[in-house]
Amino acid sequence: MNSFTYTRAEAVEAAVREKSASDQVKFIAGGTNLLDLMKENIERPTRLIDINHLPLTQIEASPEGGLRLGALATNADTAWHPEVEKRYPLLSQAILAGASPQLRNMATNGGNLFQRTRCYYFYDLATPCNKREPGSGCSAIGGYNRILGILGTSESCIATHPSDMCVALAALAATVRVTGQNGERVVKFEDFHRLPGDTPQFDNTLQPDEIVTAIDLPAEDFSRNFSYLKLRDRTSYAFALVSVAAALQLDGNTIREGRLALGGVAHKPWRDQEAENMLRGQPATEDTFRRVAAKVVENARGYSHNTFKIELAKRAIVRALKQATEGQPVTEAFQNSNP
Amino acid sequence: MSQTNYIGKALNRVDGPAKVAGTAKYAAEFNVPGLAYGYIVNSPIAKGKITRIDAAEVLALPGVHRVFSHENVPMLAILDRSYKDDVAPGGSPFRPLHDAEIKFSLQPVALVVADTIELARYAASILKIEYEAAPHETDIETKRTKGFEPGRGKTGFTPPPPPRGNPDRELKNAVHSIDQEYVHGTQHHNPMEMFGTTVEYLGEGKLNVYDKTQGALNSQQYIRKVFGLSKEEARVISKYTGGGFGSGLRPQHQLFMAVLAALELKQSVRVTMTRQQMFSFGHRPHTLQTVKLGTNADGTLAAVQHHALHETSQFEDYTENVVNWSGMLYQCANVKLGYQLAKLDVYTPQDMRAPGAATGSFALEVAMDEMAYAAGLDPLDFRIRNYADRDQNLDKPFSSKKLRECYHEGAAKFGWEKRNPAPRSMRQGNMLVGYGMAGGVWDASQQKAGAKVSLSADGMLTVQSATNDIGTGTYTIMTQVAAEYLGLPVEAVDFQLGDTEFPAAPVQGGSWTAASIGTAVKNACEALGEKLLKQAQKMKGSPLEDAKFEDVEFVNGQLRLRLDPGQAVVIRDIVQASGETKMEADATAAPNLLKQQGYSLHAHNAVFVEVQVDEDLGTIHVTRVVNAVAAGRIINPNTARSQVLGSVVWGISMALMEETVMDHQFGRYMNHNYAEYHIPVNADIHDIDVLFVEEEDDIVNPLGVKGIGEVGLLGVAAAITNAVYHATGRRVRELPIMLDKLL
Repeated sequence: MNSFTYTRAEAVEAAVREKSASDQVKFIAGGTNLLDLMKENIERPTRLIDINHLPLTQIEASPEGGLRLGALATNADTAWHPEVEKRYPLLSQAILAGASPQLRNMATNGGNLFQRTRCYYFYDLATPCNKREPGSGCSAIGGYNRILGILGTSESCIATHPSDMCVALAALAATVRVTGQNGERVVKFEDFHRLPGDTPQFDNTLQPDEIVTAIDLPAEDFSRNFSYLKLRDRTSYAFALVSVAAALQLDGNTIREGRLALGGVAHKPWRDQEAENMLRGQPATEDTFRRVAAKVVENARGYSHNTFKIELAKRAIVRALKQATEGQPVTEAFQNSNP
Repeated sequence: MSQTNYIGKALNRVDGPAKVAGTAKYAAEFNVPGLAYGYIVNSPIAKGKITRIDAAEVLALPGVHRVFSHENVPMLAILDRSYKDDVAPGGSPFRPLHDAEIKFSLQPVALVVADTIELARYAASILKIEYEAAPHETDIETKRTKGFEPGRGKTGFTPPPPPRGNPDRELKNAVHSIDQEYVHGTQHHNPMEMFGTTVEYLGEGKLNVYDKTQGALNSQQYIRKVFGLSKEEARVISKYTGGGFGSGLRPQHQLFMAVLAALELKQSVRVTMTRQQMFSFGHRPHTLQTVKLGTNADGTLAAVQHHALHETSQFEDYTENVVNWSGMLYQCANVKLGYQLAKLDVYTPQDMRAPGAATGSFALEVAMDEMAYAAGLDPLDFRIRNYADRDQNLDKPFSSKKLRECYHEGAAKFGWEKRNPAPRSMRQGNMLVGYGMAGGVWDASQQKAGAKVSLSADGMLTVQSATNDIGTGTYTIMTQVAAEYLGLPVEAVDFQLGDTEFPAAPVQGGSWTAASIGTAVKNACEALGEKLLKQAQKMKGSPLEDAKFEDVEFVNGQLRLRLDPGQAVVIRDIVQASGETKMEADATAAPNLLKQQGYSLHAHNAVFVEVQVDEDLGTIHVTRVVNAVAAGRIINPNTARSQVLGSVVWGISMALMEETVMDHQFGRYMNHNYAEYHIPVNADIHDIDVLFVEEEDDIVNPLGVKGIGEVGLLGVAAAITNAVYHATGRRVRELPIMLDKLL
């Protein structure tokens, strides 16, 4: 960890002003990812601006009839908030599938969006990594890439975004409210994160002087037929190999509207709107789900150790849509027998 | 039964309250005054040399004391033997900071010492070191035909016995046969407590060394030899150890570093490792095994062949007993066992819980399952049909062996009879259900050890031995043994360990501590008992005047006649009557070789496992485990059960999760952290049932105990692998079985 200065921001405008001073300035909220990255010398900010005192902790109705999640509300408070549980249970389920209670108590909604990849090579300074050091090369493509991406990858980077919460936010078509020196703007969730292309050092489309102030959930109701299915190497405290956020609106057995987003497969939460369109008007049957699943991975590319993710993603999509249809969302493939 | 009859009682841990309250201090928690902090710098390359170290910028930082590297380390011991610890394998031990050569990735190459840990860590991150890389080889696949047979080298290593019978011919003539390869990758111990050493500098080269270790004396001998210290100058203290599993059997790099810095700076120094640095030393080696089995028409084994090849470093020949068990677990006249090593550019592997046997029992017991299927037999019946009543490796009877009872009682408890033998035949909802079983055998060892007892006039007994408690329950069971033999309440017994000032004891490993230290404590208590009797007989009007030692017993705080318990003296009064403040005795205990030489001494177990596998997604849950263990007499069912529970969790971990992944481009472990090196969480663990089939055995040692820390692990990974086959029809032969292997 390098030496850095620490200041505390009391207002959003001041925080934005201070941040724009240098690209070596970082905001810190829960610090659950940033501190680790600093200890490993992957992030070396010269200045940390503590934003925990900004008035952004509220969870309240949005003017559009949806719900506004303050950027500094914790993941735990969000997951267990009665309105979130009632209206957006997919989001609750996704948040609770991630990390551990201790981490969720510290981690904030805004910070969750800024989690960096868990690619082994990004984390190890002894190996080249284009995301960490642009132009140094990607070690993962020819290395041990079992946990890495199969969709939207590039010759520069096959990293994945590690968040669970963001997969649900993508499926729910959330929007992100950001404030910069030029004022406020609203970013569609699918435009917030980006694909690596030849600049994998950028995880998202935020400008250097901008701060996330809130995440808006639209009013649409996906509270009945949904599922967040997370497949991983142990039952808790592990990142997804593949996760699926599925949400349906049904008329009898006919799908009126469907949503589908995947985690663990790409540089961003992978929402496939073409696949979603294929759900519309179709019967909620395994046959439909299989066709949609095949569409999602149509352009997937496997690397030496992660080709299994293509088949796994297909099966997970079918299972999640089935669970959503049946109204029986189970995060794990297995119901724990221990109370 | 008397109130001071303690052996066999389910006593709670005597060290439990201290651990729960946080008053139990671990090596890196001794906050001595004037402490400086060291941070280790590790090599990014696997092979080559350091060409330049530029510490100028680091040394310019206020608060940085020194940067140690091969360029400035003073002259230390010259001979290899000075660097060999009690558990060292054959070869030339690695010497930290010795020269410019890089022998493995993550090799410690420098130590930065500063006023604070944060400063030391930052300084280490900007230390400029240049390397010249050389081509490395870290892939055992390249060494398949280049294995060699190691020499004896390491304590406890027994080369495989020569072939018996005609294993090649009988395999060829067998009615049914199998020939398969079994593989597991590298695994790291990852105890909860990371390695750390606090060296308290007492002046004039005198040190108190608080070390994380499984053997304080082993650490002491290492630093004495390397740094030329006397016993008085190098006291090592290790009262609590937050898990060892074998990783603390050898002194680790941080001990060398902390002592070096303290002696050079004449200051107290602490060096701790990060979790990532816990991957810079020993590990269970990546192992390739081949097992060939054949059966006769009646389901008896016609031939057993087992060959293992595993990695070692370029500088030491690490050995463990992988294949020998296959010559003794089943009755078979035709056996061929082979064991080879291959040198790679990695650090030397190190004993990890049930070293060798965990590996070997995985291969043998999966092969036995495959053989049972090939021969159309139930896997349990097949094992019972080939039950070994004698150890055919040694051609000796077992001192005791209740494996048959483990099979029967375990199967009954588990409900093995409900198993439909056909793969993919059992379901529960969407899940495929599988039943699998396996078992194993482990040494029942005893090592020479000492203990000292001291009884004060207020009736408090202090017992001391330089052994360790790595969480296994040594504090508790030794308290029980002493309380039992001197007839005192456990509250009156204070067992102390982990100090080189105490009577000598071996490292805590090999499941030998209960037998070794237990016997020493028993002997010391009996020696004190004789003194107490003599003293009691001097007391005026003593009712024990004519008693011999065989005639008396120590019960409920009294020394009394066995046949006339009313004739008694209060033990505390005897000390008071002696006129001294305390009465003491010490003793050593060693195996009774005369008694043991005609026998094979071993513990056994049988494991039954239920798994549920999601047919589409490949996720596996171990929903039920019954582990039946025959390990002699159980001193404390609580601590013993904990050891077996931990072993089962370890086995689940080995079967489904653990693997340190090497990227051969870099010759470097890539998942070297706790987020990506997976071990189970609570939600991965379901019902675990532990059965002890007690054995009466007065040959193995006077206490009749066999040790319980490792035997429970045997066969767990195999039983899970076999259950996965039964559930899915997919035979996986490479651990860990992660979901992609079942898609």
